[in-house]
Amino acid sequence: MLGKTAGGLYWMFRSLERAENTARLVEAGFRIALTRSTSAEAEWKSVIVTSASQAAYTAKYSHYDSESVVHFLLQDTDNPSSVLSVIKAARDNARLVRTGLTSEVWTSVNETWMVLTELLKSPIPQTELPAALAVIRAQSAVVRGALHGTMLRNDIYDFCRLGTFVERMDSTARIIDVKYYSLLPAPSFVGSRLDNVQWETILRSVSAHRSFRWAAEGDFTAPAIANFLILDGRMPRSLRFCAGKIVDNLGYLGLEDDTPKPSLQMAERLCARLKDRDIASIFEEGLHEFLLSVINENARIGQQIEQDYRFNN
Amino acid sequence: MIKSMTFFDEMLSDDGARAPYDAYQGWFAGQDNTRLANKAQEAEAFFRRTGITFNVYGQTDAEERLIPFDLVPRILSNREWTKLSKGIDQRVRAINAFLHDIYNRQEILRAGVVPIDLIAQNEAFLPQMIGFSPPGDVYTHIVGTDIVRTGQDDFYVLEDNARTPSGVSYMLENRETMLQMFPELFSKIKVQPVSDYPKSLRRSLAACAPHGCDGRPCVAVLTPGIHNSAYYEHSFLADQMGVELVEGHDLRVVDGHIAMRTTRGYKRIDVLYRRVDDDFLDPLTFNPTSMLGVPGIMDVYRAGNITIANAPGTGIADDKAIYSYIPDIVEFYTGERAILKNVETYRCSEPDMLAYVLDNLADLVVKEVHGSGGYGMLVGPAANKKELSDFAAKLKANPANYIAQPTLSLSTVPIFTEAGLAPRHVDLRPFALVSPDGVNITPGGLTRVALTEGSLVVNSSQGGGTKDTWILED
Repeated sequence: MLGKTAGGLYWMFRSLERAENTARLVEAGFRIALTRSTSAEAEWKSVIVTSASQAAYTAKYSHYDSESVVHFLLQDTDNPSSVLSVIKAARDNARLVRTGLTSEVWTSVNETWMVLTELLKSPIPQTELPAALAVIRAQSAVVRGALHGTMLRNDIYDFCRLGTFVERMDSTARIIDVKYYSLLPAPSFVGSRLDNVQWETILRSVSAHRSFRWAAEGDFTAPAIANFLILDGRMPRSLRFCAGKIVDNLGYLGLEDDTPKPSLQMAERLCARLKDRDIASIFEEGLHEFLLSVINENARIGQQIEQDYRFNN
Repeated sequence: MIKSMTFFDEMLSDDGARAPYDAYQGWFAGQDNTRLANKAQEAEAFFRRTGITFNVYGQTDAEERLIPFDLVPRILSNREWTKLSKGIDQRVRAINAFLHDIYNRQEILRAGVVPIDLIAQNEAFLPQMIGFSPPGDVYTHIVGTDIVRTGQDDFYVLEDNARTPSGVSYMLENRETMLQMFPELFSKIKVQPVSDYPKSLRRSLAACAPHGCDGRPCVAVLTPGIHNSAYYEHSFLADQMGVELVEGHDLRVVDGHIAMRTTRGYKRIDVLYRRVDDDFLDPLTFNPTSMLGVPGIMDVYRAGNITIANAPGTGIADDKAIYSYIPDIVEFYTGERAILKNVETYRCSEPDMLAYVLDNLADLVVKEVHGSGGYGMLVGPAANKKELSDFAAKLKANPANYIAQPTLSLSTVPIFTEAGLAPRHVDLRPFALVSPDGVNITPGGLTRVALTEGSLVVNSSQGGGTKDTWILED
């Protein structure tokens, strides 16, 4: 496969994942802002921080209000991470790698781009926002379904998956980090109203507010949530799950290598840090520091993948 | 039903449908207009969803457009097609012989058949090709001959398109669309298939691999990138052939060969079907600012280590001034009269012809010698006074840059409108593949249709549409 093609596939799926994650963030923020209007400004701010676009946002806006944040994250083409921007990037990359995609995957991405471009071309009134976000998520599901249902399980698929999980790992780690303080096991906060709001936002941001109840079997505590999002191998957005998938896919790509590529070695090291440990040891290490190091290491793995597989040169 | 009074209509004559359209007309008469209108919308949605779009040059906000598709097929009988394909075969062979001669012994110049000035002072002539023979002596691996019709048996070649003809993806997609929309038609009417084209293209390109290539030749398609107007076609052809679609920055010279950067290192390419113009092919040899080509590819080429399709320098054969000599060129190399006629052409470089052109500007079509895509041309009968005088000034300033032709009474084929059938002017671009094994012409082609009533300009960049082209079995 061409290095450029591998890069196009990887970035196409990073973009698609980002669109979906951004839609979730907006959804969670919107819900909190609706129900707890006093903390709305702070909520919207943390949404922007989580999306790693604070600098671009503050260059344009001075306040974190619902209208500005929603527009910035969904529609603003000045924001390279807005849903509109990343869907365009995903579709451009899909055109670039078109020969590597089944027609179902290509058509679903192209259609997603057509639908979302139309949906996001004019301001979305608050009353229409939930429906619009549902469309974004539904379109993501269509692309994912086409990928799983029609693509050969070969190197093309591996690069698609790598893009998905590198992006998702970054997103989940950021979601937790922005609110890490609310997860710290400080007894005075546990069970307080503020805490519950924060936890709910976190879980909604990863669409896990229901699955957590099942998984945690009634253990609604901060450590249980942290454990669920960081270490639970069943949870498809947890750091442990993402790291495992990155190792798997790099492993498939490297099956014929005599010595493992650096990216695989790095991913294995990261995965080892998330495997077979309990959440208490992470709190001892320092939750914020731990998350920061995961975010940075994940970014380095991404760069190493680009080098190992000659995306650019 | 409206019927053209002054033009030859390929479907409807005074006595009803012409023979090739007989069965189609019978089917069409039984159709419901609303259903057909819905089908037309379905087709458009299908093209959009599939991304069969093109970008228009010169528009900053590069919006993607669809080439409108008309659901009434353009139908030719097998007898009509046989004559056309023989004529194209003959012409394509002559053009390859001409190119080999022009870059080697130049016998045709010595014989005085083609004036030497026309070659020596021609931008499309590449000195780098002198004394070099490409693998298999093939220059024009793919040719898309533009043909127009003015009457029952009157076919003319309008352009030879020996550089990098585009449009073949529409030939294939239009047929796919018709098969999906009207499967019943194809069980009723026996139409020759076009679907083998990608396979033939790959085989034909592989047959032109360099002598030193051992094993299965590695073929790749070189595109300028996703912003090129024909990018869809590039990716479509690569996909259909099952070969990589590369850009200049994927390629480099490795050990005297062209190689592409894969996830496992560099892999050698034997045949490069390039959809990049000569000028951008190699910044070390041609345009030094080009980012689209491969530095050093011309050295690799001249060392015989890669096949470039079409060969650099083929533009000298489809230059519009050379065009006027093609009948002589055919006769010179094949010893036969040209089967297909040329359109009468006035070379404005010659003073008496220039004078004639200036006197009759309002009746003529004037084109730039190196122009394509319908840009920079004047359609005299459709131009106003100011346009005519402006163009006359351009002509006088640089006469050698232009040729002129009479305005042809292009044949019409009806298009479907909600009000019924309406005649529109068409042309035809069949595609010929050339390899040492011979010339292979797919029975079909791209029919372009001027959608505006009365318009003679069929180019997609100027509001033209396309039709499926049917060659009947017999």
